[in-house]
Amino acid sequence: MSVELLIEQLLNGLQLGMMLFLMAAGLTLIFGVMGLINLAHGSLYMVGAFACAAVATATGSFWIGLVASIAAAAAAGALMEVVVIRRLYERDHLDQVLATFALILIFSEGTRWLFGSFPLYLNIPPLLQGAVPLPGGGRYQLYRLALIGVGGGVALGLYLLISRTRLGMRIRAGESDREMIAALGVDIRTLYTVVFALGAALAGLAGAMVGALQSVQVGMGEPALILAFVVIVIGGIGSIKGALFGAILVGVVDTMGRFLLPKVLALALPPAQAGAIGAAIASMLIYIVMALILALRPRGLFSAQA
Amino acid sequence: MKKILTASIVGLSMTVAGLAFAEPVKIGVITTLSGGGAGLGVDMRDAFQLAIKQSGNKDIELVVEDDAQKPELAVQIADKMIQSDKVDLMTGIIWSNLAMAVVPSVVAQDIVYLSPNAGPSALAGAKCNKNYFNVAYQNDNFHEAMGQYANKDYKKTFILAPNYPAGKDSLTGFKRYYKGELAGEIYTQVGQTDYAAEIAQIRDSGADSVFFFLPGGMGIAFMKQYAQSGVNIPVLGPSFSFSQDVLPAVGDAALGVKNSASWSHDLDNEANKNFVEAFKAEYKRLPSIYAAQSWDTANLIVSALAKASVKDKDAFRAALKAADFKSVRGEFTFNTNQHPIQNIYVREVVKEDGVLTNKIIATAFEKHGDAYADQCKM
Repeated sequence: MSVELLIEQLLNGLQLGMMLFLMAAGLTLIFGVMGLINLAHGSLYMVGAFACAAVATATGSFWIGLVASIAAAAAAGALMEVVVIRRLYERDHLDQVLATFALILIFSEGTRWLFGSFPLYLNIPPLLQGAVPLPGGGRYQLYRLALIGVGGGVALGLYLLISRTRLGMRIRAGESDREMIAALGVDIRTLYTVVFALGAALAGLAGAMVGALQSVQVGMGEPALILAFVVIVIGGIGSIKGALFGAILVGVVDTMGRFLLPKVLALALPPAQAGAIGAAIASMLIYIVMALILALRPRGLFSAQA
Repeated sequence: MKKILTASIVGLSMTVAGLAFAEPVKIGVITTLSGGGAGLGVDMRDAFQLAIKQSGNKDIELVVEDDAQKPELAVQIADKMIQSDKVDLMTGIIWSNLAMAVVPSVVAQDIVYLSPNAGPSALAGAKCNKNYFNVAYQNDNFHEAMGQYANKDYKKTFILAPNYPAGKDSLTGFKRYYKGELAGEIYTQVGQTDYAAEIAQIRDSGADSVFFFLPGGMGIAFMKQYAQSGVNIPVLGPSFSFSQDVLPAVGDAALGVKNSASWSHDLDNEANKNFVEAFKAEYKRLPSIYAAQSWDTANLIVSALAKASVKDKDAFRAALKAADFKSVRGEFTFNTNQHPIQNIYVREVVKEDGVLTNKIIATAFEKHGDAYADQCKM
């Protein structure tokens, strides 16, 4: 095993982590500010991917598709909030889970009805195609590096938004005491819609960018959603910083586990068996990590309501 | 043989008697019509429906349901088809993990199941069943052919497949005939869409070739990412990732790739020409191997129904086993474990009139059975 391989795998882990962060940031923000569990967040990821694929095919430009994905997911998120979610804030979590689960079904069937059951394939824009040399002699896919860059940029942007702007101040206030900021005359309904649309836009962006790498299909959001929930549970529900650290941790642990476990097991077992057992354990690894972290810190690494 | 003959004659006389009542036959088709694996199931269903339509047999009724590539859903559908639809025969499952969940209980209820695609090793060996007919292949077959073919040019191959029954069968099959060294052996998750970690290991392994089995959307994702990764090691595979249904999505990255299959649209026989033309005329696209296997499955059923009543199980099974139909794959017979004995070819991806497709370049095996038939006591 060479150093280049290790570096490449770390970058792969980081890239997966950054995409998870885009999903988890919205999820944790919505939970932190509104106290809402939104299972339909994965559907917004799917909406972003489909919007990007449809617009990119129609216009021939991935970049216009990317803008469309953010706009479409934000619009879908705002609509979802106004029509359905708004009625759920006062209800308990079980009602929220039920209603947002219903939304998953509606979005999935709606998308299937519009686009059919076949996966769509987006191409990586020419500007980002190919691989670039890494310091030390390895090579790495340029598009994945760009994804890491976008993830880092969004993390920085969110930090500035929340710590430096009026909107961020309101979001923080909303997290601490909802009734009080309403009493102070802040239009809490609009704030909720804005936060929801912001979270949705990030999910849509992630969907579009990952869609170009993999495939765009109905049901693509749910696996990402499950990982995003793991991320926010590890990071501490409601904390953006926790989402960033949790996402990178999950991304790196998952990638490294898939890569190293079979190798470690191969020391003791025949390769075919080591491969199969290693792959099976690797797919459980992030849940084991989550369980360990919860045992040590029940509120996650960076709990917002510490 | 004599027994079969007698059974067919008895069966034949019963059909003649049965014809007066125009006995309806209900066939349950469980296949994948949504999600990343939908392309396979849609081709399966379309070819099956077209073959039944062309046979002119008006007594056959199809019950088609989508399993969404989920084993638990497939099991529910199978129960429903048996209990409330009262189907006489079942077919359609594409994926081996779904077949393993559904087939054992279906055949135990004395319902004949014909596999148009999945051929897990467990059902070919000790757990073979008189009610289970595989019209496609035993899972190892195509991979065995590629292992055999790889000996010609390569000495150090990196192999990968998903961690499920067909994936394990695949790599076992490849290794059974491959004589070179393995640069690495990886099992990925079923339905995995990101192969960055695997591609990194291929890059680092010093392999001279990559053999992969990743059916459906998995293979498309892998090939697209592989093409972008800057790794230039030649790839080999079974036909599944270079089948007609996935080639447009993979694009030019697939050009020149060698892949193995029991069928190709340019296979030179009468039945195949008719099939390719009929399929193209009806659906305006080239058929995939799933369509070909499903077409054969439907025609096998039609041929058996002409000889025996589906209600007379023994006679009907004997009629199926005789495989008295014109296969698009040319010569086709059943082995003792009711799995095919057939030729396996090596194909190359080429561009014909701007459309990516396959053409046969070599024959890897002639009249090839499978390694598990000996373990089947029927």
